[in-house]
Amino acid sequence: MTKKNLVPFTGDQAVAYAMKQIDPDVVAAYPITPQTEIVINFSSYVANGQVSTEMIPVESEHSAMSACVGASAAGTRAMTATSANGLALMWEVVYIAASTRLPIVMPVVNRALSGPINIHCDHSDTMGARDSGWLQIYAENAQEAYENTILAVRIAEHKDILLPVMTCQDGFITSHAVEGIELFDDKKVKEFIGEYKPQDPLLDIDNPVTYGPLDLQDYYFEHKLQQSGAMKNALKAMPEVFREFEKQFGRKIDFVESYKLEDAEIALVALSSTAGTAKVVVDELREKGVKAGLLRPRIFRPFPRENIIKALGKVKAVAVLDRSESFSAEGGPLYTEIKAALYDSDIKPLAINYIYGLGGRDIFPADINKVFEDLQNIVKERKVKTPLNYLGSRE
Amino acid sequence: MAMIEVRWHGRGGQGAKTASQFLGEAALNTGKYIQAFPEYGPERAGAPMRSYTRISDKTITVHSSVTNPDIVVVIDPTLVGSIDVTEGLGDKGVILVNTDKIPQEMRKELNFTKGKVATVDATKISLETLGMPMPNMPMLGALLKVNNLVSIEELSERVRAKFSKKIGEEKTNANIEGIKRAYKEVNIG
Amino acid sequence: MSENLKNSREIPIGGKIIEAGNAAKYDTGSWRTFKPEVDKKKCINCLQCWIFCPDSSIKVEDGKMTGFDYEHCKGCGICASICPVKCIEMKKEIK
Repeated sequence: MTKKNLVPFTGDQAVAYAMKQIDPDVVAAYPITPQTEIVINFSSYVANGQVSTEMIPVESEHSAMSACVGASAAGTRAMTATSANGLALMWEVVYIAASTRLPIVMPVVNRALSGPINIHCDHSDTMGARDSGWLQIYAENAQEAYENTILAVRIAEHKDILLPVMTCQDGFITSHAVEGIELFDDKKVKEFIGEYKPQDPLLDIDNPVTYGPLDLQDYYFEHKLQQSGAMKNALKAMPEVFREFEKQFGRKIDFVESYKLEDAEIALVALSSTAGTAKVVVDELREKGVKAGLLRPRIFRPFPRENIIKALGKVKAVAVLDRSESFSAEGGPLYTEIKAALYDSDIKPLAINYIYGLGGRDIFPADINKVFEDLQNIVKERKVKTPLNYLGSRE
Repeated sequence: MAMIEVRWHGRGGQGAKTASQFLGEAALNTGKYIQAFPEYGPERAGAPMRSYTRISDKTITVHSSVTNPDIVVVIDPTLVGSIDVTEGLGDKGVILVNTDKIPQEMRKELNFTKGKVATVDATKISLETLGMPMPNMPMLGALLKVNNLVSIEELSERVRAKFSKKIGEEKTNANIEGIKRAYKEVNIG
Repeated sequence: MSENLKNSREIPIGGKIIEAGNAAKYDTGSWRTFKPEVDKKKCINCLQCWIFCPDSSIKVEDGKMTGFDYEHCKGCGICASICPVKCIEMKKEIK
């Protein structure tokens, strides 16, 4: 067997290592489970002099994001990291970061947002922030959590985008599991992210500017239009960054991953680690001759509508798995958005929603198998009896 | 090699997580794909906990916990009887228990009629080599006799890399001696 | 709304103001209903008016109060009120 150059890292260690290679000017962070190991490991890099970062150990996440906003406006490359209630505590400043157009990168280790209090994985934290104006990238495994962190810097700082980015991975499931990670060369990472050239930095005292002035009925709307435009720009600008990433590191990135979808009749849509588990089930079904496939949006904000329509345009029935409940009584956030996108497709496949894995409830291949069985019946009967389902729960 | 899945049973603080990681990391060094992860519940010293190792020639994409392990390792013998340690073991399943009992005796106690039962007195070995009841490293040694997932040398190299700086040369050597002794002393029935 | 307002492509992003001191361009003098006038014969150049004026509309040259910036003075009357020798009078604005 050829010996691969893989190192044993947890998802959190991998992200901390990416941050070490990025060597941001400022990191302001507060530790919270299951993000803690990112802060612990990065603090060690700071203490050992392996980065030149000014580390600000703040007293809360509200301060963490506020410090990042200040640091970024000053003209520095700023990062933080958080989970669940930490993200909730920084809420108002999360919106300010986006609307002030500050390219802050924030790894978020997905965890259930209380209550009841729970420290395990679901997507209720970042899904709540899906309309905050941040880009969101979701990682299937530790390798992607590492890659997305590096990628995010370039996307956030892109001149046509200039928006903050959340890079999400599943709490404990990937953040605390050891896997073999392919690490990139320090120099190549530096080369890829390049030098940060801030727009209108506060510390440029020869060109004084004002950040955060009152913005009322006459101009607020226009600034929101600009934010919307930047999100649309991101859809156009990102493919070029993906290509450069592949050229630099030999690893392919796209808005979505289509797994055995070319001729699929039934398909599943899932984010993050669950998609990995679903691949095993798809493989098994394919061996039995069932035309099953999987779609995994890697980018959720901006919403890659065109890629999703193209990938799912031929399937007869699709099941969307949501690891968060939106309490709309209409389905999870991924489901409602996928369904809305499919409204514009020529062949509208039948769609069903499964909310699963809340508070870290494990999802097994057997659960996913059941979803595919349901899909086969839906295709047979040509209708969805219960659009909204709760997978792996005791109803 | 198809994917091998190992489930570790221990109590919080007994090093089940460390053992599962060392096995994975040693296998990774030989070019395998691996996963090693504990099952996090409320983390409390002394509470029963599980940890898992997956080793494969191919990329591992499954991210759920292990339900049908090929091998079960019970680091704490007092868990036998209080939780179902043989749960999900198949016909060819192997269970390795830290105990002074012989495999036949343990098989009865486990009420396990399939596969193989292996026993080793890892607590005694750790007391005699390390001077502390830390049976997790000897259990790794015994495991390698049960299934040659990696060689003793590859595991020792990993232990040396992880421990030398942290606990010093003397204790690292004692751990490696414990691994080697358990490899020799394990009974398989 | 006024047709002079710029569109979203013409303004800096993020609500930033990138031109320092551009508040000077804003004519607040038209808001005035009373106008301050100074009797320089009584004025002792203590500059209390300059200190208290909330709109930086007191003109000073070589340490002496010389008059008002009527483009920005809103006619609030603080200068007249604070003046220790009562040399500033608020007169009705004639437009």
